[in-house]
Amino acid sequence: MVKPYSVLMGKAVRYVARLRGGGSALPGLFVEKIDKSFVKDTLAQLPHGVVLVSGTNGKTTTTKMVVELLESQGLRVFTNRTGSNFVRGVAAALLGEVNALGKLNADIAVLELDEAHAVHFVDRIPPKHSLLLNVMRDQLDRFGEIDTTARMLEHIAKATTGTVVINREDPRLAKLGATLKNVSYFGLDANLLATFPNDDELHGSDAPKAKQPHADVVLQSIDDNATFIIDGQPVSTSLQLKGVYNIFNAAAALALTRTVVGTQLDQEKLIKGLSAVTPAFGRGEQLVVDGQPCELVLVKNPSGFRLSLHSFNPKDHATMIVINDNYADGRDMSWLWDVDFASLKHAGVSEVSGVRAYDMALRLQYDEVAVSHVDTDITRSLKNFLAAQNGKPKRIYCTYTAMLALRRELGKITSVQEIS
Amino acid sequence: MTKRSLTIMQLYPRDMNIYGDHGNLLTLKRRAQWHGYNVEIVEYNPGDSFPDHVDIVIGGGGQDSGQDKIQKDLQKIGPKLIKLAEADAPMLVICGLYQLFGKFFKTQDGHVIPGISLLDVETIAGPERLIGNIVTSSEQFGDIIGYENHSGQTFLGKNVEPLGTVTRGAGNNGQDDFEGARHRNVIGSYLHGSLLPKNPSIADWMIEQAATKRYGDFTPKPINDQFANRAREYAAKRPR
Repeated sequence: MVKPYSVLMGKAVRYVARLRGGGSALPGLFVEKIDKSFVKDTLAQLPHGVVLVSGTNGKTTTTKMVVELLESQGLRVFTNRTGSNFVRGVAAALLGEVNALGKLNADIAVLELDEAHAVHFVDRIPPKHSLLLNVMRDQLDRFGEIDTTARMLEHIAKATTGTVVINREDPRLAKLGATLKNVSYFGLDANLLATFPNDDELHGSDAPKAKQPHADVVLQSIDDNATFIIDGQPVSTSLQLKGVYNIFNAAAALALTRTVVGTQLDQEKLIKGLSAVTPAFGRGEQLVVDGQPCELVLVKNPSGFRLSLHSFNPKDHATMIVINDNYADGRDMSWLWDVDFASLKHAGVSEVSGVRAYDMALRLQYDEVAVSHVDTDITRSLKNFLAAQNGKPKRIYCTYTAMLALRRELGKITSVQEIS
Repeated sequence: MTKRSLTIMQLYPRDMNIYGDHGNLLTLKRRAQWHGYNVEIVEYNPGDSFPDHVDIVIGGGGQDSGQDKIQKDLQKIGPKLIKLAEADAPMLVICGLYQLFGKFFKTQDGHVIPGISLLDVETIAGPERLIGNIVTSSEQFGDIIGYENHSGQTFLGKNVEPLGTVTRGAGNNGQDDFEGARHRNVIGSYLHGSLLPKNPSIADWMIEQAATKRYGDFTPKPINDQFANRAREYAAKRPR
């Protein structure tokens, strides 16, 4: 039973925090303080329980896809849409959705959680199903080692009461999957494997692959359409999502939705829902600046940056790269050296910015990529980029806090969707 | 006259390549090319045959699981690496291989992993990771700037010199203000970042040693290090 006073007081704090223009975490922190079981009690009402999405890359876009796919099947879905993927972020999102009696108008919750926070979350609220996307090098300065991150995901898998949906192509996750009773896989056709080198294969690994388990959903090919093998049958569809990694995550979202809905699944509605999904903010999001498209591509780690460079053709686009090193970006610049920038050699890079602009420019120098202009000040640098590349489509690769700064600046000159 | 060439041997790129150690190899390769040399890179993984000729040896850090995988092979090629080192081949080993080039690594539960004793250093697992931006100072190379991330605490014996003295950060063990180790032309260090791109004086010194040893002389060509210099300025100012 949810205590009504927690809801009312939490809602009041949320209202005040919004008036002050504050973030989403404070009211969540508050309600967690006064009622430790608020999140648990509220989520316990849901007939289909809690589904958790975790992994290094692609959580936000995949969660968005899962939500829309489940909605295509007629389910009412609660999610932590703000991308504040801490427990208190979930609490804050719940406060916004429950009525004054603490009743949540939903059938199921799909939550995106950062690995480190998910570990604590599942101890209190075991998920019914979970989706584990990948274990990549990211924020090693925070978590220490990839193997540590893999152990966090193992903890989540072991706490899951129903089925764990796993990326078959991730060696650490596949190893984990082999130890689980209820597991479903998504994967890649052999012809696409080379497109997705994992971190172990980064520098000349050619260790033989073990025999692979059967995958419920396989991404078979990407051209104008994406083709998936679902339960042995090929299904092709056009997609609004861009980037090969997003399309692979679509396979993940399909597999999870199939797990949740089971035999009741309406495949026609499912595929129609998938074709309508648009990217989450900053993940290949298209803005219009001076009548030209301007794409924001979030890059957080070597594998994500590599896949982004691989996904987007630099031809006919002016390129800007903005690298910050705040806590949320990761302080260590080593990761830039694990990304191959040779694909930018022909077109060059117009503008490099962010606190660590010179680390980025230095990195490009060693791949012999020409850099036209460097300025650590993002506001000034963006202005220069827009003026110097006027009349050209633009693409900006940026780290997390750089993306927030860029969106703020771009919001002054074009329409940018507000992130609540 | 045929163009001069240098062979760089990269130790265990498959298992020991974490934290952007690839940047060190790329920096040596490009700068040697810019100085007018052909560069041949030999990737050495467990079980490969040891190359006949090597001018520079370079190796990085790995996951604990990666270190397990190379452990036996490293013991096997240890004598060959020592012979190269005693013949003054320049080498750079970072983090995990820095530890294993030493005498031993003692884990938290008291288990002792033997190294190859090329460097007179000992490493003991520490209670916490030493993480953050670091600046050290060296008489020969000036300020050495990078990022450290290690739980092993390394202590120097009397047959090695430190690479630098810590001005900001933890260094080898957070206690004696030393970072890294040097013996002949071998450098061990905990610095990522990667180390060589932002510290080109070390890269050029390694290339000079290798070229002089093989060809008798070395004439550097001018390289524009403007980006490296600015990157150093910013890195030195960033919070730990």
